[in-house]
Order: sequence, then structure tokens, then C-alpha cells
Amino acid sequence: MRAELDIIARWVPEKARVLDLGCGDGRLLRHLWQERQAPGYGVEIDDGAVLDCVTNDVNVLQVDLESGLSLFADRSFDCVILSETLQTIHRTELLMREMLRVGREVIVSFPNFGHWSARLQVALGRMPVSEALPYTWYETPNVHHCTIVDFEDLCRRLKVRIRERLALHEGRPVTLLPNLLGSLAMYRCTAD
Amino acid sequence: MNAPHDLSSVGAVKAQSAHFDQPLKLKGGATLPSYDIAYETYGTLNEAKSNAVLVCHALNASHHVAGYYEEDKANLGWWDNLVGPGKALDTNRFFVVGTNYIGSCFGSTGPASVNPATGKPWGADFPVVTVEDWVEAQARLAERLGIERFAAVIGGSLGAMQALQWTLSYPERIRHSIVIAAAPRLTPQNIAFNEVARQAIMTDPDFHGGHYYEKGVVPTRGLRIARMIGHITYISGEAMAEKFGRVLRRGQPGFDFDIDFEVESYLRYQGDKFSTYFDANTYLRITKALDYFDPAAEFGGSLSAALARAKAAFLVVSFKSDWRFTPARSREMVKALLDNRRIVSYLEIDAPGGHDAFLLEDPRYHNGLRAYFGNIAL
Repeated sequence: MRAELDIIARWVPEKARVLDLGCGDGRLLRHLWQERQAPGYGVEIDDGAVLDCVTNDVNVLQVDLESGLSLFADRSFDCVILSETLQTIHRTELLMREMLRVGREVIVSFPNFGHWSARLQVALGRMPVSEALPYTWYETPNVHHCTIVDFEDLCRRLKVRIRERLALHEGRPVTLLPNLLGSLAMYRCTAD
Repeated sequence: MNAPHDLSSVGAVKAQSAHFDQPLKLKGGATLPSYDIAYETYGTLNEAKSNAVLVCHALNASHHVAGYYEEDKANLGWWDNLVGPGKALDTNRFFVVGTNYIGSCFGSTGPASVNPATGKPWGADFPVVTVEDWVEAQARLAERLGIERFAAVIGGSLGAMQALQWTLSYPERIRHSIVIAAAPRLTPQNIAFNEVARQAIMTDPDFHGGHYYEKGVVPTRGLRIARMIGHITYISGEAMAEKFGRVLRRGQPGFDFDIDFEVESYLRYQGDKFSTYFDANTYLRITKALDYFDPAAEFGGSLSAALARAKAAFLVVSFKSDWRFTPARSREMVKALLDNRRIVSYLEIDAPGGHDAFLLEDPRYHNGLRAYFGNIAL
């Protein structure tokens, strides 16, 4: 998480207006405020996480991402961030389109289902459980797993331009065979 | 009931009254030559005068927000579960002011007060007052109390409309606005409920065009029905089903018009109780204040344009089971605030209580308020 925070903070310009979707306890927004003086709002549905945000003095809006981003005007944010939340969304395509409508730039990260440990576990006949994918199949909030290759297919389909891509494993960048050796994928994208 | 030894109670309190001779020009065109505002305070105003919180009440409440009266210990303030030492709105930290709106029947000047021009009760001649008028009167009270700027103004329902109006009438004099179970304007359906309530009162033979004080009667029947209608809209269908079900009071249908179902008994009880303490002329006026509230009206219906002059930080709270002012209405306000890049947080609480949930003690709701107040710098 720490490495991811730092990378996102590098990708977010100074004083950018940010929208963090699925913001959890608001730590990323706090980090961005401290490091980049970037003001923002978080969107979160979980009662406990929303309370943490209020406690952390982070602007939080308790609405459901699945119904889209109708609260937000076109191009009203510099960066819209979806950090490790993509895999929990039912209406993935709708949300991706909405993010590109609302933000000039979109930052997406997700656990890479193509990582060798996930492939190996599936090859051995089991759903993967790992540090990046910590849930057993029957209690996971994740509904839409994908690999780096899969995500880039979706980007092509939605005409999303990938500006930067980073694969990480245990907090370190992976350059060789990212879809095999990276357990977390991070993207910076724009609409054209 | 809170006993006097309860450390989280503000304890015994005294209602106060402030008299104003400065005429109050009302939005409707009339002028009140002079008036009184009833209020209570809890906690202590700090030296910097930066810790004052104004609590605005809704339809049938008063300035008695917290604590109890020495002579009437059972009479707990209407928001006693929220306001007190160590409570979500902590009176150890904040100086809390509860005020009673003008037009009320609980202490501030209202239709039952004496009209100085005639020496008789105002009755039907008391002007229709608006949310804007109330905020104006509250601002004058704040000056009297030495409060230049409120740390926060908070209210639920009609009280929340005042908290919102404060950010528009006096953007420099409010730092935080806490808007709970509210709407930026009433829907035609909301207005329809209010109109039925008003008709119930005005068609009561004891109403006498609003001059019933001098006849020595009260339009009790009208008030009862008005309250029954109101009550139906304050609680959710789900909560009503859970509370009453289809339980028959007499065990079996009576095939007559006495009370069959538990819910009928409840509504009659609420109506009876209300008609003994509430004033019909006041009821007519507050429902009008609700109907007229619409800050977007003078901006071609654009709430975003209306809220452009607000400077406060906002906390907006809604309850999923509230069908009088649904969460969608709160999201309209959130959207308008986002359009203006205002600081705003929004809580949508999945509580079953309906519109009245704002008066109840749900941990998600109260902990959210506690956390929010905790971050207000003094």
C-alpha cells in the first residue's frame, strides 16, 4: 500500500483536484493533501470506512459507485482514482466511462490475476489466495478479476489511452514479464 | 428519563428570552414592530467566541434542546441524546444555543402573543414567516450573545433548512453547516401533505378564521388530523409495519368504527397529545415556511447557482428509509455544493426510522456527527 500511495502521489500534479473512488479510510486522500496539497473527495459505501474518513477529516460522500457518478459534473476533477477497487465493481464498463467523463485523468490499480502465483494455484485446481488476493472464493468482495492483458483489452475497447503503466510486486516495480511477475497493476489513463 | 445525576446530561436548564425593539421586516412584506426570542444555552462561550453552535428546530420542537427543567424533570430537551457533556455535540467543548423560531407557541413571539397595536392576541393577523426571517432573527440574537461567527449551525428537517439558509444569508458568519434529513425545496407531494393538514385545521368549526383565542376554544379536531397526517409521513412504512403490524386491539375485527388496528390507536393518541400543546395558527405558519423554502427560486431553479455564495463547510446527512425527504433530495444539495467546489461530506445512513430517524440514536449517525464535531477547530 505504501509504495502504491507514493506512486499515485507522483502521478498526481500539485494542487490537482482529486476524486478517490472506494477511498476506504481516506488515507490516500490525506497523503495527497499532505504531499501534493491536492484537495479532494472520497466516495465510499462502507459505514465503518466512511466514519474513518470523517474522523480523518477527509471529505467523503457515501454513495454507491454502481449507480455511476451522477453527482459529479463533466471534467470536474484533474484526477479520478480507483485504487484496488476495480475488481469489486459489477458494472465495470459504466464506471470506467463515468471516470473518464468526470476526470481529465484516471488512475486505476488492481490485483493482477495473471501473476504466476495465481496462475499456479488455478493450475493446481484452486482459486488463488495470496497477499494481493487475500479472500477465499466464498467470502471475497471481488467479482471481476482481470489480468494486465485483459485490462488493456478493455482500454482499447473503450478507446482509453494508457499514459503510464506500472507493475509492482511486494512494493517494487517489475519490468520483466509484468503480467507474470507483477501482483499489482497501476495505470494512468486519459480519454483520447 | 435522565436522572439529575446523569453525567452526560447538561442537567437542569432555564429558558431565557431576548426582547428586540428593532422592527423585523419579513420576506412576505409585513413588519414585526418588536418581538421576543426564547432560547437556551448549554456550555460556555470561550474567550475567542469561536465555539458557538446554533441548533435549529423542526416543526413541533422548541428552544429546549437538552437537559430538563428543575420544576419539570420529565421534560427532556428534544435533542438530549445528541447534546451534552461528552455527547456527540459535546457541551464541554462547544457553547450550544437553542432558539425558538418566531411564530412558535413555545416562547418566541407568535400568533398567541399580544399584538401591541390592538392589545389582543395576534391570531390570524400574525404574519406568515419564512426560513429566511428566522435566520434574520437568529442572527440578531447571535449579536446579542456576542457571537460573531458560529462554529456550526445544525438542524434536522425544517431545522436543516435554517442551517442551509444561514450559509446563504450570512456566509461569513457560519463555518460549518450540518444539514440533516432535509430537502432544498419541497416536492408537490410534500406540499400536498401540508395542505391537507392546513385544510383540516381551517375547516374545523372552532378555528374561527384564526381568531379562536378570544372565543375561548381550540380547533382540536383539525390539529389532531393534521398531526396524524404528519406522523404517517415521519415514519417509514417498514417501521410502521414492524411497530404495529396488523395487530387488532380487540383481538378480532369489530365490524364497527371503533379502533380495530393498533396503528389507529397510535395515530389517535399522537393526535390527541399534540392538540393539547400545539397552536393551530403556528401549525399553519410553519407548514407555509416549509412550502415557501426554495433558495434556487431566484436563480431560475438552479440550486448550484443559489449555493454559489455559501462559504461554509458542509456535512449533509440523510436516512435511507426517509420518504418525506428522501436521500435523493440530500444528494441534490451535495451535487450543488460539489458544483461550487465546496467542502462537503455526505452520510447516507441505512436506518429504519424514516424521517424521524434524525431524532433517534443510531450509532452510525451519532458517531459520524461526533467525529465531525471533533474536527471543528476552535
